[in-house]
Amino acid sequence: MIGDYTYDQFFSILAMQGFAGLSLFSVFVLMALGLAIIFGQMGVINMAHGEFMILGAYTTWGVSLFVTSFAPALFPVYFFIAMALAFCASFTLGVLVEWSMIRHLYRRPLDTLLATWGLSLILQQLYRTVFGAREVGVTLPDWMMGSLPLTDIIEVPINGLFVMGLTTLIATSVFLLMFKSRWGKQVRAVTQNRVMAGAVGIDTKRVDRLTFGLGCGIAGVAGSAFTMIGSTGPTSGQLYIVDTFLVVVFGGAASLLGTIASAFAISQAQSTMEFFLSGSMAKVLTLLTVVGILMLRPQGLFTLKIRR
Amino acid sequence: MSLATSASKRPINKDLLAFAVIAALLLLVLPLTLDLFRLNLVGKYLTYAFVAVGLVLCWGLGGILSLGQGIFFGLGGYCMAMFLKLEASSPENTAIQSTPGIPDFMDWNQVTELPWWWVPFQSFPVAILAIIVVPTVFAYIIGAAMFKRRVGGVYFAIITQAIAAILTILIVGQQGYTGGINGMTDLRTLLGWDIRTDSAKFILYFVNAALLLGVILIALYVKGSKAGRLLIAMRDKEDRVRFSGYDVANFKIFVFCLAAAFSAIGGAMFALQVGFMSPSFVGIVPSIEMVIFCAVGGRLSIFGAVYGALLVNWAKTTFSESFPELWLFAMGGLFIAVVMAFPNGLAGIWKSYVEPIWARLRERPRPAPTTPVTAPPVPLPVASIAPIPSQAAAE
Repeated sequence: MIGDYTYDQFFSILAMQGFAGLSLFSVFVLMALGLAIIFGQMGVINMAHGEFMILGAYTTWGVSLFVTSFAPALFPVYFFIAMALAFCASFTLGVLVEWSMIRHLYRRPLDTLLATWGLSLILQQLYRTVFGAREVGVTLPDWMMGSLPLTDIIEVPINGLFVMGLTTLIATSVFLLMFKSRWGKQVRAVTQNRVMAGAVGIDTKRVDRLTFGLGCGIAGVAGSAFTMIGSTGPTSGQLYIVDTFLVVVFGGAASLLGTIASAFAISQAQSTMEFFLSGSMAKVLTLLTVVGILMLRPQGLFTLKIRR
Repeated sequence: MSLATSASKRPINKDLLAFAVIAALLLLVLPLTLDLFRLNLVGKYLTYAFVAVGLVLCWGLGGILSLGQGIFFGLGGYCMAMFLKLEASSPENTAIQSTPGIPDFMDWNQVTELPWWWVPFQSFPVAILAIIVVPTVFAYIIGAAMFKRRVGGVYFAIITQAIAAILTILIVGQQGYTGGINGMTDLRTLLGWDIRTDSAKFILYFVNAALLLGVILIALYVKGSKAGRLLIAMRDKEDRVRFSGYDVANFKIFVFCLAAAFSAIGGAMFALQVGFMSPSFVGIVPSIEMVIFCAVGGRLSIFGAVYGALLVNWAKTTFSESFPELWLFAMGGLFIAVVMAFPNGLAGIWKSYVEPIWARLRERPRPAPTTPVTAPPVPLPVASIAPIPSQAAAE
């Protein structure tokens, strides 16, 4: 017996909470991946990252409305169309923002922080004007509804499983892109030594623009996945931004693997504690632990071994 | 002001003049021209000016962008509010509660006795001390943990922002001890003096303005002192200062604590003048808005910061009532504009446009333009490839 629970119940609780944590983990990873690319690889603080995510969510919502009214036959698979469109929308906006704002501020990270915060305020208000202040939700196709019973106590929702599969897919493709492709090699070269990369013929400006766009595009896909778990409002992005930044910093800004590990640790800690404490206290404890560890180890969990 | 002052003395005199102008504005012009309601509003804006002045020292001079000034504003405000709340919750006033003599929100949340950390706040001297000490100690802990390990810049900003978020969640979550999302409302008297009356509001405005002028003087002193010079040096070339034998971390901790103490005084005056304190002045959004007050005024100008706080808040009140949507666009635009277009804010505009005209009118040599905040791009080392004579000879 542990407290008031039998062992069986206790482990079931852990499993259920662990699974709930995995949903949170997926959202964290999807948001943090884009941020890690932008912040870790380029040193740009994008406070509007959450708004790029919400753009993806609104795109998905728009597609779902379009499909239900004009092409109901496509409804079971509309999600995949929506995701591709969400990526395109956020990617385009990202490239635009990079061209108009970010490229002038590369040497001033603190200023990018303030400027992108301004951008996030503007985007939020834009969403409020265009889509209204009320939260919107999408209708899920039938095959995403319901849940799979694993044991008589534990049940896992299918949409959660789908989001996890999606996260795995996106994380894998980002890794392949960053570490196995020519473009990823260029990005890493520019990160390590911009001047030298330029000297050997890499178009650093183009790499910057595409990298920023890609980070924002991944955020858009994250928003798309986010619609399956919760509803979307103009300010939903702001709820996650600080958590996501902490995830990235905690994992070690330059390491994608660290980002995933820290997202896992933070989300699991939070969801497991949520069962035994109130939600707000669980969050406070988790964040405090993270901040405490960061004060002891400012470089984060995983760092690249380079000479400074 | 004689015109024949030597060049070395001119900055001091200019500061004196600016100080005289701001003192006249706060103590004479505004009280004589505004009705009490608006004067009270201006008093509220001025509490943010305390934060903005602190940010000029911390961010403008020291290059430490703190996105957690709301933490200190909130801590100062809450310390004051706790004292006022305890005074308002005398057993006579709270006779209808199941436990008389404790604040009403505790009673609503089934807290039956005063928590131990509330008890000291029953005494006024302790509360006044706590307003300054609690936030400063908190800032010292954060600062020491970060600066001693040479964490700075972006990481510092993110972590202070996270701490602001944590504190907000904590205040909202612990409703029984802090008043939760509604905050501490219904603050009535200060040592038996009713702070809700018109005369009290009038007096509090002057107390607030006098305190702000004092803070400005302290800030001017620090800016002009050797420490201020060193802060600017650290902002621009931290390693150089370190190699010269200074302990960079200690200077940074000092200026961060000073900014925290300023913010805390502002928070306490806010609680007194507005009559309540709530977590909506603590979190991420208010903290970053405080940075914009400072940036609009000019991140290098102490007087600019005061005008910036007044101006942005006035604009916010005016526009957010009549055009709420437009205001958010404007606010976002402000953030982008102060970064992209005028990094030195109003003070920078003044310096680069007004003063040259002024100088020309008085037929003086133009004052040298101020150096921009941002460091110029570092030029590449020029490699010279000349044949080595010995090799050339060997061919």
